Amino acid sequence: METKAILATSGPAANKKPKGIRLFFIKLARQRALVVMSVPFLIWLFIFKYVPIWGWTIAFQDYKPALKFWDQTWIGFEHFKFLFGDERFVRVLRNTLAMSSINLVLGFVTAIVLALLLNEIRQVAFKRTVQTISYLPHFISWVVAASIIQTTLSPDGILNQMLIWLGIVDKGNEILFLGIPEYFWGIFGASSVWKDIGWNTIVYLAAMTTIDPSQYEAAEIDGASRLKRMRYITLPGIKPVIVVLLIMNIGYLLESGFEPQYLLGNGMNVDYSENIDIFVLKYGIAQSNFSLSIAAGMFKTVVSFVLLFAANHIAKRAGESRLF
Amino acid sequence: MENNAATSRTMRKAKSRIKASAGDRIFDYCNYTFMILLIIVTLYPFINILAVSLNNAQDSIKGGIFLLPRVWTLDNYRYIFRESTIFHATLISILRTVIGTVTTVFCSAMVAYTLSRQDYVLRKFMTIAFVLTMYFNGGLIPNYLLIRDLHLLGSFWVYVWPGLIGVFNLIIIRSFIENLPESILESGRIDGAGDFRSFFHIVLPLTLPVLATVALFSGVYQWNSWFDVFLYNSSHINLSTLQYELQKILQNSNTTSGTSSLDGMINGASGAQQNTVTPLSVRATMTIVASLPIIMVYPFLQKYFVKGMMVGGVKG
Repeated sequence: METKAILATSGPAANKKPKGIRLFFIKLARQRALVVMSVPFLIWLFIFKYVPIWGWTIAFQDYKPALKFWDQTWIGFEHFKFLFGDERFVRVLRNTLAMSSINLVLGFVTAIVLALLLNEIRQVAFKRTVQTISYLPHFISWVVAASIIQTTLSPDGILNQMLIWLGIVDKGNEILFLGIPEYFWGIFGASSVWKDIGWNTIVYLAAMTTIDPSQYEAAEIDGASRLKRMRYITLPGIKPVIVVLLIMNIGYLLESGFEPQYLLGNGMNVDYSENIDIFVLKYGIAQSNFSLSIAAGMFKTVVSFVLLFAANHIAKRAGESRLF
Repeated sequence: MENNAATSRTMRKAKSRIKASAGDRIFDYCNYTFMILLIIVTLYPFINILAVSLNNAQDSIKGGIFLLPRVWTLDNYRYIFRESTIFHATLISILRTVIGTVTTVFCSAMVAYTLSRQDYVLRKFMTIAFVLTMYFNGGLIPNYLLIRDLHLLGSFWVYVWPGLIGVFNLIIIRSFIENLPESILESGRIDGAGDFRSFFHIVLPLTLPVLATVALFSGVYQWNSWFDVFLYNSSHINLSTLQYELQKILQNSNTTSGTSSLDGMINGASGAQQNTVTPLSVRATMTIVASLPIIMVYPFLQKYFVKGMMVGGVKG
């Protein structure tokens, strides 16, 4: 009956399509409870996540806040050209790539090593305790972490005191760690490891529980040492997880973080601490140069988008489970 | 020292169970030493700051406070809670954590339920729309302009609206619901329960473990946030949060090259108080207050968030 009605109104050529749409609306009406539960959030998503993309148009304008959208002057890729000719932006790009690479390599290696070592602890209560404590820094804010790091690195902080005790530094000649630009990447890397090493082991430890225990028994009978078992059983056992996470993390190559650099950065180490996110903030908020700031942010987002999609695709092709 | 004794005891026990080779014993010894070092490196900074916060402020300037306070006092805590700005900021922090977490958990669970329904006609479209936002965002300025145009600047709700639904939370709740035994949902439907009834009376109670995970993540996020306060409400002191107040103190000590010069807040205090507190002790005390609620909660939810990370991280 229904198909007949549609035929009558839209003609035979459109026979199939209206049926689909009609069916869709019938189903939708039947599922109106689900619609009520979800569509308001679809609208929320559109407003808060998709509408801001419209702001990217500002990157192609000589933006004047007082003017309406239609009255802005369009200048094409001028801002992007300026960015890549700008010495400061090139330095910012260098810092971003350096810090995200440090984070990637250090973060991976330390977490995998810690997970391997934790896996070797037979004392369940001790293992639990270490794990719980190692998660702690992940949960505190970067503000709190920065406060702690500043205290640790201050002239009368524990690090300088230990160096004095060891006779490496003379009393009165304490090192101002955050005042030396070349130290910043190292401080950033160490802080990131301190904060997330425990947290990052979760996935690896979970993967290790799936390894067949009989493999270990067999190796033990064959006389393989603990190190050998780690090297030839545990590590290959978690290899798929490592591969997926590695690929996915390459997608975040331009995401070197914002908070640690902003909170630990200062006038003295700015040449090494300033990354794209801080550049965007300084140009956008402090200097109100919206166009240039958005151009820089847009560059970051577009490159990340491409990298992430490629990474996800490669991970899928590699036959491993995807992250998303 | 005590730890070392415990280590060798456990090693002896391990040895009696399995005949460990000399190499394995050395390995164990190194491993336990490493773990204890890790614990020290993780905990020492907190213990040190706690000690400073419980030490007399004038005495702390002399330095040399490591594990225990030299001159015990609660004056620093008394001071920061008497300081109306910080007290108010703490209230706002609590308020945004409670309201932000409750709304996020509820809304994410509701959407996740609809997306878990295989027969829902908008399922695919909505899933893609949500997941896509994991790959990009408008960025700082466009988001700022949006918030401005929505007249959310200088409003408490700017802490709630933008983070209403987290895609990551959505994914872990959805996969939890999908793993529930189908028969339970089925039986509800046979009893004539509509989608609202199934959600509130069947799904919501059954997903409590995963909702605890999401609540922890969201609560931590809300409690720790300071950047949105800085960006949207920095000129509205009555909407400031604890973390943002701490950040301001940090920034002040940063610009004065790390040495403890009195910052504006303490300069403004009365003479009597000026003698009892210093930026160093105020910073230490606020650091403890800003981290204590989290430190006290997260160990009890460990079981849940570990599971949540496994589901969200590997499976998706």
